[in-house]
Amino acid sequence: MKKKFTRFAAVAMAGVMAFALASCGGGHPFKKDTLNLGNAGPLTGGAAIYGNAVDRGGQLAVNEINAANPDGVQLAWKAEDDEADPEKSVNAYNTLMDKGLNIFIGTTTSGAGVAVAEKADEDRVFTLTPSASQVAVTEGHDNVFQLCFNDPNQGVAAAQYIMANMKDKKVGIISQQNDYSQGIKEKFVSEFKGEIVAQEVFAKDDEKDFTAQLNAMKDAGADLVFVPIYYTPAANILTQANKMGYAPTFFGVDGMDGILTAENFDASLAEGVMLLTPFVASANEEATQKFVKAYVDAYGEEPNQFAADAYDCVYAVYNAFNQTGLEATADTAEICEAMIKVFTGGFTASGVTGAEMKWNATGQVDKTPKACVIENGVYVQK
Amino acid sequence: MADRILKSISTRGLKNAVRGSEYKKEALISYGLLIAGYIVLQLGAVSGLIGRNLQGQFVPICVYISLAISLNLVVGISGELSLGHAGFMAVGCFSGVLVARVVGLHLGFEPAVVLIAMFFGAVMAALAGFVIGIPILGLRGDYLAIVTLAFGEIIVNLMNVIYFGFDGNGHLKFAFNHPIEGIEDNDRIIAGAIGATGTKTMATFTMGLLLCLFTVFVVLNLKNSKQGRAIMSIRDNRIAGESIGLSVRKYKLMAFVTSAALAGMAGALYGLNFSTVAPLKFNFNTSVLILVFVVLGGVGNIWGGIIAAAILTVLPEAFRQFADYRMLTYAVVLILVMIATYNPTIKSRVSAIWAKLKPVKNKDKDKDKPKKAKKAGKEGA
Repeated sequence: MKKKFTRFAAVAMAGVMAFALASCGGGHPFKKDTLNLGNAGPLTGGAAIYGNAVDRGGQLAVNEINAANPDGVQLAWKAEDDEADPEKSVNAYNTLMDKGLNIFIGTTTSGAGVAVAEKADEDRVFTLTPSASQVAVTEGHDNVFQLCFNDPNQGVAAAQYIMANMKDKKVGIISQQNDYSQGIKEKFVSEFKGEIVAQEVFAKDDEKDFTAQLNAMKDAGADLVFVPIYYTPAANILTQANKMGYAPTFFGVDGMDGILTAENFDASLAEGVMLLTPFVASANEEATQKFVKAYVDAYGEEPNQFAADAYDCVYAVYNAFNQTGLEATADTAEICEAMIKVFTGGFTASGVTGAEMKWNATGQVDKTPKACVIENGVYVQK
Repeated sequence: MADRILKSISTRGLKNAVRGSEYKKEALISYGLLIAGYIVLQLGAVSGLIGRNLQGQFVPICVYISLAISLNLVVGISGELSLGHAGFMAVGCFSGVLVARVVGLHLGFEPAVVLIAMFFGAVMAALAGFVIGIPILGLRGDYLAIVTLAFGEIIVNLMNVIYFGFDGNGHLKFAFNHPIEGIEDNDRIIAGAIGATGTKTMATFTMGLLLCLFTVFVVLNLKNSKQGRAIMSIRDNRIAGESIGLSVRKYKLMAFVTSAALAGMAGALYGLNFSTVAPLKFNFNTSVLILVFVVLGGVGNIWGGIIAAAILTVLPEAFRQFADYRMLTYAVVLILVMIATYNPTIKSRVSAIWAKLKPVKNKDKDKDKPKKAKKAGKEGA
């Protein structure tokens, strides 16, 4: 028996050791003397494109800053996977805290953002989210700021743009049954003073059949269809509308960004699609061109808006941090209070997603959205 | 109603608890595991040995343990495959969050608010279980599995169009299929696809432990009661059960509703652990995850489920430094564990060790055994 038990114990010990080894990771970028920036976003799963874009954009900015200022504050960047799930996102955030997080550049997605914002508030960690656009992310938290437009603002901006520039159009809306889409749609509907002839919803990201919704639009005579949805279902909608011979103007918001590179999608169908977005990769501004070139060199693909948001976040945080006059070794809570003062004290940041971005005390950003139309496979600013 | 069932079961279960060393062993291991785990983790947290990542998972671990145990009641003890357990969790979660928000206005003592929310979550989930259970429990095997799957999806879709919030005067408002008009964002409680939002996080590890202990208490006592034996006899041979006059529907419903109530309770605690929970969280994937806990822990095995749920919840987090290969590693480990757990060589080795350890234990117990055996014999006759 003794022999068997020894063997069993050996196996058990090996298991425990493997587990212990697994849980004490090595080579983490966070160090004591660096300013540690962390992100939690979906690096795996259905929204991985967004999470990875944020990771790359943030990393790129950190590399640039560190290379340009070898004597200044050195930054460290780490993105943890949260599968866009609030529960996992809190875990990801806690992991970063274990490693010595100083400033949180997250989360990438909204629902997760709401859950983590509360924890970051309790812990007093300064948070600037690149792309979590729900109002509830910043609401009630003086330490949480958004670099992206929040959902209602996108809905309002879209409504105002359409009223100002295309006011004779009969508007139909196809929205998705999720927080992002409904948040924008609600505000669009309450802001829009023109004629809304049809409203349809669908449930799933991987919904394939939109015939019912498109027929409803067509029957109601909608000649502008507002689609506050992500690009994956939007690609399916465009494909099916084309098959039906239905050709209204499709008008999207930032989630439409990425449509040109959507899988199994004929990008020529996106011709004429309009969207409101803070970032246009083909824009002529010097900063944008420099960022796009650096991104393409590093990762071999064109950056989307999420990458641009993260890139801007890192620069904004870096510039604001320099204004606080603190050292990178300062206490996280101390950094937080100083950063809040800077951000609410007239600090402006200019980057690739907007010039002269300002923040109000609730954490919402003030910048101008860019309306674009897709022509010959590129975004053309209107 | 469900509460009455629970009550009658547990008191009768208590009497029966005196019987059967098998029950005693199972109860001892289950309660022991939970309490020992609680003490170890609490000490680790206080002493700073356990990082924030693991500390943040204390409540979810408890919730998943509880869910694994309550699903085991349907899958293991009642012998029906249910793929909609997350649906009951959702019902409990959203109704619990709603009640906590309303009660929280008048009651400052948080643990009491959590308990009320959990109770209400359990009642609502039991109600849902009862309504669903009546028509579907006549179905058998795969058919039942598919209907429960559909139920889970229906719940998610229903939650997607339900809105609750306070209006300007602090009155509770409800809307179906459209948002409540003219309401401030932070007065929303449940907002359709956004889910529960602005929830004050009140769940604590101690609450989690209580949830687990209560779940084990109810399930073990039900299993060891007259009703529980009826449920298991129907599972083992439906026709034989019917022939001695057992109402198949009644007993299956009993297991199903109890399991739903417990899942609702766990859901309420889960909802109160995060400031936001979206309905999509409770989709098919979560139901399957809970089923994986049950299968890995051993169908019908309560303490096995406790271990499986705890380990499988922590594992993906422990693999974080594998970065891109995290989920791949998790999948591989899951496969290996499944193979290892049911490998006859390993199994026989473990049981050999058990067998050698066992006689020592039994000798100690034998002293007071004859008395009990006599008593049990009398009652049995």
